[in-house]
Amino acid sequence: MQITVTVNGAERSADVEPRLLLVHFIREVLELTGTHVGCDTTSCGACTVLLDGVPVKSCTMFGVQADGRSITSVEGLAQNGNLHPVQADGRSLTTVEGLKQDGQLDRMQEAFKEMHGLQCGFCTPAMMLVAKALLDRNPAPSNEDVRWAISGNICRCTGYMNIVKAIQAAAGASVPAQA
Amino acid sequence: MLPSRFDYHRPETLDEALRLLAELEDAKILAGGQSLIPVMKLRFAAPAHLIDINRIPGLDGIEPSGGGLRIGALVRHNEMVSSDAVAGFPMLAAAAPQIADPIVRNLGSVGGSLAHADPAGDWGAVMLAAGAAVTLRSARGERELPIGEFLVDVFTTALEPDEILTHVTVPAAGGSSGGTYLKLERKIGDFATVGAAVQLEMSNGTIGRAGIALTGVGNTNVHATEAEASLAGAEPNEDAFAEAGRLAAAASNPVSDVRGSADYKRHVVDVFVRRGLARAAEGARAA
Repeated sequence: MQITVTVNGAERSADVEPRLLLVHFIREVLELTGTHVGCDTTSCGACTVLLDGVPVKSCTMFGVQADGRSITSVEGLAQNGNLHPVQADGRSLTTVEGLKQDGQLDRMQEAFKEMHGLQCGFCTPAMMLVAKALLDRNPAPSNEDVRWAISGNICRCTGYMNIVKAIQAAAGASVPAQA
Repeated sequence: MLPSRFDYHRPETLDEALRLLAELEDAKILAGGQSLIPVMKLRFAAPAHLIDINRIPGLDGIEPSGGGLRIGALVRHNEMVSSDAVAGFPMLAAAAPQIADPIVRNLGSVGGSLAHADPAGDWGAVMLAAGAAVTLRSARGERELPIGEFLVDVFTTALEPDEILTHVTVPAAGGSSGGTYLKLERKIGDFATVGAAVQLEMSNGTIGRAGIALTGVGNTNVHATEAEASLAGAEPNEDAFAEAGRLAAAASNPVSDVRGSADYKRHVVDVFVRRGLARAAEGARAA
């Protein structure tokens, strides 16, 4: 089936099997591998993308369902569409410093970097997208709001503390150096 | 994980969806997909056709209706969380934010959840306790069924192969009412170890109608009718709630699994029903 999806602001068309999951459409057809496959069972949230601005788990949606709709993946976070080639090539946040050379980081990416909101980085693209959707809706969230918003996303490294701090930093909240 | 091959249909109108459903052999309705797609990935389900109803207008929306609510089949769980209309129904409002996790709630739908008929699904218990009914439509016509007749067995409903669930009707709660939904889960997003939906309608200090139903402790959501009956006309006190808790626990039929032993789950039913009734009575007094 022929589908057209606006991905990070650009229209992308492809002929796909109906059973192709959205996450595989993004990773394998569009070769945007910043969106990760974690549990593949709707539990971990690593595959989260924004569908018309709303977080969805792309392992639990078919690509054909996104036909005519708009998707933001982590590659879309950098401003002006100025992606670093490494990022477009499929690395995500562990190469985030490299972005500075070509493009400008999103405020959320800067905050995750500054606040050490990641360790292995596997959950990070999804965490940042969920956080962006939260701040779009609620620009001054409480810590509880933040924890509630990311409760569908599993991180096995950080214990979540610095993720919450990073999201608060992106929201412009003053964050204590030690908490 | 890839599901088996299927043909994808995306009708623009309900009539077109009903025609497809009547014509096609082995077709399933795709609503939010948050239960259907996981079971297709595991190949527990392998329908030949999927009929995606997400772009059909008129299946969404939460409308006040005669003091109650009319909830469109495509209403997402998170719309139930943020709806002002739902806020007036404390049992529903308590249940909505406890369903799955915040991301799944953006896609998962009330109607889809009910039609999936997972005994560990939360809305089934809530709708049983509320005395709700579902409206089923086919090319042959429309019928309304009480939710208790709709939920037949594990993953089995009274839906005929050519029928679509179009909306749920929740009746007004009489008198001054209160209610809540208590859910024990190992972590956010897990299925309920045990859930209890409780609603009390009070007048002149005594209980009129009580609604009590359970999640995760039987082949369907369990409607604890004996516990309900024990409360009709009773004073809302600890003894009455303890008796209802005991009867609800006796009506449950849990199995031992990774989430806990059958005895443990039965105990949680007892505690949750007692605790839920106390909160519901408090809410009714404040209402």
